[in-house]
Amino acid sequence: MSDISKTKEREPMFSAKVLKLLKNPFNLENPITVQVLGICSALAVTVQMKPAIVMALSVTIVTAFSNLIISSLRDTIPSRIRIIVQLVVVAALVIIVDQVLKAYVYDVSKKLSVFVGLIITNCILMGRLEAYAMANKPWPSFVDGFGNGLGYGLILVIVAFFRELLGSGKIYGFRVIPQAVYDSGYMDNGLMILPPMALITIGVIIWVQRARTPELQEK
Amino acid sequence: MEHSNKYIFIYSIVMVVVIAVSLTVVAVQLKPAQEDNIRIEKMQNILTSVNVPIASVPKKQIIEVYHKYITTAIGININGDVVEQDAEKVFAIDLANEFKKPAEKQILPVFTATLDGGDTAVIVPLRGKGLWGPVWGYISFKTDYNTVFGTMFDHKGETPGLGAEINQPFFMNPFKGKTIFDQDGKFTSIQIVKGGAADDNPHGVDAISGGTITSKGVEKMIFDNLTSYQAYINKQKKK
Repeated sequence: MSDISKTKEREPMFSAKVLKLLKNPFNLENPITVQVLGICSALAVTVQMKPAIVMALSVTIVTAFSNLIISSLRDTIPSRIRIIVQLVVVAALVIIVDQVLKAYVYDVSKKLSVFVGLIITNCILMGRLEAYAMANKPWPSFVDGFGNGLGYGLILVIVAFFRELLGSGKIYGFRVIPQAVYDSGYMDNGLMILPPMALITIGVIIWVQRARTPELQEK
Repeated sequence: MEHSNKYIFIYSIVMVVVIAVSLTVVAVQLKPAQEDNIRIEKMQNILTSVNVPIASVPKKQIIEVYHKYITTAIGININGDVVEQDAEKVFAIDLANEFKKPAEKQILPVFTATLDGGDTAVIVPLRGKGLWGPVWGYISFKTDYNTVFGTMFDHKGETPGLGAEINQPFFMNPFKGKTIFDQDGKFTSIQIVKGGAADDNPHGVDAISGGTITSKGVEKMIFDNLTSYQAYINKQKKK
């Protein structure tokens, strides 16, 4: 009896391996800046901080729970229809998130409009499901999805911070550039509000990240 | 592992049923909260059209503020007769549905606001088409049924930075004080003029550069909707 329990001894909840799953998406395996996934929503919902944060949370919830569900079902899913099963699970979760947003944060949900629905087609989700959840246990899969969602969200929030600050002079809806600065001739940069500047901001983030991380530099 | 066709079919059916049931439960549970949001937004829009400042009013108090200012709501038909007196029912009228009916069966809402200082304004809802989808709004008049008191416009998905700007104060504010009838009492509606309206034009406001089709859509919306109210307005003016 004691032998069995020894061989079956479980990994601690937060082993080094699991922590790595949580940490890697923030830098070495960031979904946006390294894997270049989920760019379209990163361009669209980063004009202001508030929608960006809600979007980041929504994606994190959906990646974490779709990874968890698919991983728990992975041995029962017939391989011939596995993509369909993944899509149905993701779509159901996205609809639930969308409905909750409509019920409790209506104005943000209006700003995010179609982009919540489009989480279904966010490449990060299918990528994590295929690459990780189909081959790993539920708990590490959940952490992997959670980490990737947060890694995506981190970039979203950084981009939104600069776009809102330079484009509207606000942070999270609060005016931070004092009126005196405007009076002396400063103007908000209207270009920051348009999608091209999001692309350029992401480009700058990738540049900074690569310059600081030797592992990411091609020889 | 290869599964049989039977397994795949059963698996799909069970999966779809489970998901359908859970989505239904979620939708039914959240419906009341979502409907409240839509009602409150409509109240905010109506209040905006009579220039009640609501930006600082918390959502929960909007209903209270609405009932304080909006004193009557009636439904009229194309002949200008009052056909609906129940304010709740009038509030629930969806113009998109009404416009699908033949003209003589439509019920069109008219709201009356009593403002601080005793002014009265008459509010008429609007709905039309922009470039990409529906545009809508409210326009309010002074009691002469001629001078615009305030407006509120919004849209589903006009081009950001161009047509989408119709919901901004710089577009909505110039409507104030414009008139929809000329000196001879002829209906002129309000023109949205590309290149800018002349300062002394009592029936024209500036269009949005780069948003011509949306601007034209708003102009047509005001013209079409107010045309349906002609009989009612004429009756009121005679009183």
